[in-house]
Amino acid sequence: MSAAAEVKIDPMHQFQIESLGGSVLDGTPFHFTNSALWMLIVLGSILFFMWGGMKRDLVPGRWQAAVESVTGFISGMALTNIGPEGRKYTPWIFTVFIFILFSNLMGMMPFGIVDAAHPFTVTSQFTVTAVLAVISFSIVLIVGFWKHGFHFFSLFVPHGTPGPLLPLIVPIELISFMVRPFSLALRLFVAMIAGHILVDVFGYFIVNGINSGTAMGYGISLISFIFIAGVNALELLVCAIQAYVFALLTSLYINDAVHLH
Amino acid sequence: MPQINQLLLVYQSQWFWLFLVLAVIYVGIGKGMLPKIEKTVDDRDAKIAGDLAAAEKARAAALEIEERAKAAQIEARTAAQAVAAEAKAKAAKDAENRLAKADAEIAAKVGEAEVSLAKARAKALDGLEAVAVDAAQDIVAKVSGAKVTPAQAAKAVKAVLGNA
Repeated sequence: MSAAAEVKIDPMHQFQIESLGGSVLDGTPFHFTNSALWMLIVLGSILFFMWGGMKRDLVPGRWQAAVESVTGFISGMALTNIGPEGRKYTPWIFTVFIFILFSNLMGMMPFGIVDAAHPFTVTSQFTVTAVLAVISFSIVLIVGFWKHGFHFFSLFVPHGTPGPLLPLIVPIELISFMVRPFSLALRLFVAMIAGHILVDVFGYFIVNGINSGTAMGYGISLISFIFIAGVNALELLVCAIQAYVFALLTSLYINDAVHLH
Repeated sequence: MPQINQLLLVYQSQWFWLFLVLAVIYVGIGKGMLPKIEKTVDDRDAKIAGDLAAAEKARAAALEIEERAKAAQIEARTAAQAVAAEAKAKAAKDAENRLAKADAEIAAKVGEAEVSLAKARAKALDGLEAVAVDAAQDIVAKVSGAKVTPAQAAKAVKAVLGNA
């Protein structure tokens, strides 16, 4: 095979935000990009999914049962982690969970077979995950100061800490508290970007192995293919786990603000 | 990494569209659809709990009725047993009375018969004595030719009969 058929590996290209509609990116707020398009696709699929759960039958059908199991999962999470007050925070926890879950899964869809329809993983952008994390963290701060005033700072003084240790413990608690939005945003962002790079790189291995036309190339392609099938299954699991972790940590942090340990 | 290279170019549009999408999800789904779906689930759970409670109540009522029926059955059986025992006792007493009466009658008859038997026997014995006296007179007269008075014969007969 000639060098012209060789595929250049650029696993970061899939995270590139491109302008849709001809114009170049100019940093204005209303610019419609592929990222915005996929956010709207995610929104549309969430609305479509939830619409199927609005039949409100006494005996639920499959679709309604699926929707109810998702909503029941999140309301149960809010109830067990926060208590009866948790109902107030269910809408936000559910928003976070369903948006992350659908964004992650939509990014794994094999629409890339058609070149123009290559899916864009919204949650692989830290501009997006940071907003989600900052909103969750803001809710914690607002609820905490609203309910407890300056008593909220007792969050940094664990019960039963001996007096001499306080100068050491309080800064540690404060730092671990302030790090929360960063860990929330980075965990999701890194999990998504790492998985997609891995899938992408091994995808190129398959193509380049076949293009090389040698026995070793075919062998590498086959091994890569088997490997990538497993990684894809794992990635689908990670999609759900990351959405779950984000929602769970959000509910735990809100619980801290509501109950102060 | 495009996320960093493009940051200044895209962050405004990213945030605009993200806020738009999140607002629609939060208001439309989180505040709009979610409570309705939760209410459907809660209503169903309440209905199931209510139905179960009603079924439990019905079961308890059925158990109570069964209990009552059993008690009534036991009562009826006890009453029937009492009646049967009474009837049995009465019948036994009746039979005893009749038996006693019949015994008495039979005893009276037996007594009567014995009396008449004794009378007849005595009468027969008397007859026998008289015949024996006559026979003794005749035998003595025929054998020895001696005349024996009835008094003598009677005495001898009595002596023999007394020995016999």
